[in-house]
Amino acid sequence: MKSVTIIGGGVAGLEAAARLTRMGQAVTVIEKSDQLGGRLNQWHALFPFRTPAGPLLSKLRNNVAEGMNMIVNANITGVEYNDDGFAIRINNNRMITANSVLLTTGFDIFDAEKKEEYGYGIYENVITSVELEQMFHSGKPILTAQGNIPSRIGFIHCVGSRDEKAGNLHCSKVCCVTAVKQAIEIKELIPSAEIFLYYMDLRMFGRHFEELYKEAQFKHGIQFIRARLSEAFENPDGTLQIRIEDTLLAKPLKMNLDMMVLMVGIQPQRKTGNLIDMLGLERDADGFLMQEDPYGSPFKTKIRGLYCAGGITGPKTIEETLIEARAVAAEINNYLKHKETYTGHEHFVMEL
Amino acid sequence: MIGFGYKIQADRQIDYDSNNRRILEFVRDGEPSIDWCMSCGTCASACTAAMTADYSLRRLIIQARRGMENEIRESVYRCRFCGKCFNACPRGVNTRNIVYLMQLAATKITNHEI
Repeated sequence: MKSVTIIGGGVAGLEAAARLTRMGQAVTVIEKSDQLGGRLNQWHALFPFRTPAGPLLSKLRNNVAEGMNMIVNANITGVEYNDDGFAIRINNNRMITANSVLLTTGFDIFDAEKKEEYGYGIYENVITSVELEQMFHSGKPILTAQGNIPSRIGFIHCVGSRDEKAGNLHCSKVCCVTAVKQAIEIKELIPSAEIFLYYMDLRMFGRHFEELYKEAQFKHGIQFIRARLSEAFENPDGTLQIRIEDTLLAKPLKMNLDMMVLMVGIQPQRKTGNLIDMLGLERDADGFLMQEDPYGSPFKTKIRGLYCAGGITGPKTIEETLIEARAVAAEINNYLKHKETYTGHEHFVMEL
Repeated sequence: MIGFGYKIQADRQIDYDSNNRRILEFVRDGEPSIDWCMSCGTCASACTAAMTADYSLRRLIIQARRGMENEIRESVYRCRFCGKCFNACPRGVNTRNIVYLMQLAATKITNHEI
């Protein structure tokens, strides 16, 4: 039996851990926070079918509970490696060794306060999509900061995405469909509310996403306005006034909103202590981990025995992350079986 | 107001909260498929009237959503009801009925009926 250490106990890490354990490898999961499940802990329901996040989270955690080593509250202070394997130092005095390491450290959420002109952290009725999801999760009624039921809610797309001023040129990919999902959810909770989505492009890339978009229009009367907000203002009563260019009419438009939801994007981890920089791995221009061989072996890094999966290589849906986790598990299993002859360049074919 | 050398410019800005969206409500009551429009403009590109007149159903539907009554009343009667837009629409919007109801609503506004 060989050993694999998985750094990051989110969706990708937990699914890969379960698969590798089933393949007979000794797995250790290292998680920096105090709980397993990563970003899934913040989520209430998943697009496109609004599947509750809770059962998936429990399933991922329960799979992990079966006979593997889990370390939470882990702070990695160093990683050493040679051709035989890795030594990971955590919390300064504990050493974990592994024949192979999988990086599933995920991504960061764009800090909405950096987009100061939208008023997050300044105006009380500006919230992020993550906070709205937690409101859904809490089961409490959706209210404005003044305690009123909002009658008009606007969703601002691309906050911190496709924006040179925000330092992110890439598309975060999952926010468009998330906005449509959350708009429907809020409309169901407050049927009298008017809901507006302000988008530059609507990227309904996945299966069943277009249908969700149509449902938002056909069934719920949600309004889509092609516009990108430049600045929001607060009225004395705490409501918000926005001025946008109604691009399909080529005219400026002003309107009031009771609540504004910022669709915050996904960005690479850049904080000190992140594993990409600690290991000296290369990033692409967008800051996400560079994939050495995107078609042949998208999970391989330039370090022998070190693999990656999930949000570390760019924004992904949970479905995509789970698929990656299963694929990387198979690849690591193959690597460990053939470790002695593995040169790092061939593509393995699964042995049946 | 002639000869002063200046004139007061109308506000170009769409004032969403002050606008009246009764045309949209009237059309939606009779033809709910107006909500299916995604502003792709296939109708306008297929349009016979648009070749010679300043007319666009794509624009009309957005104007109805914003409550721009004057603009609608200015152009909505330019439709010739050839129905090519209905064949072209990728979402199956009943475009012809929408224009018909928009004209009806515009006429009713003129006659103070709505």
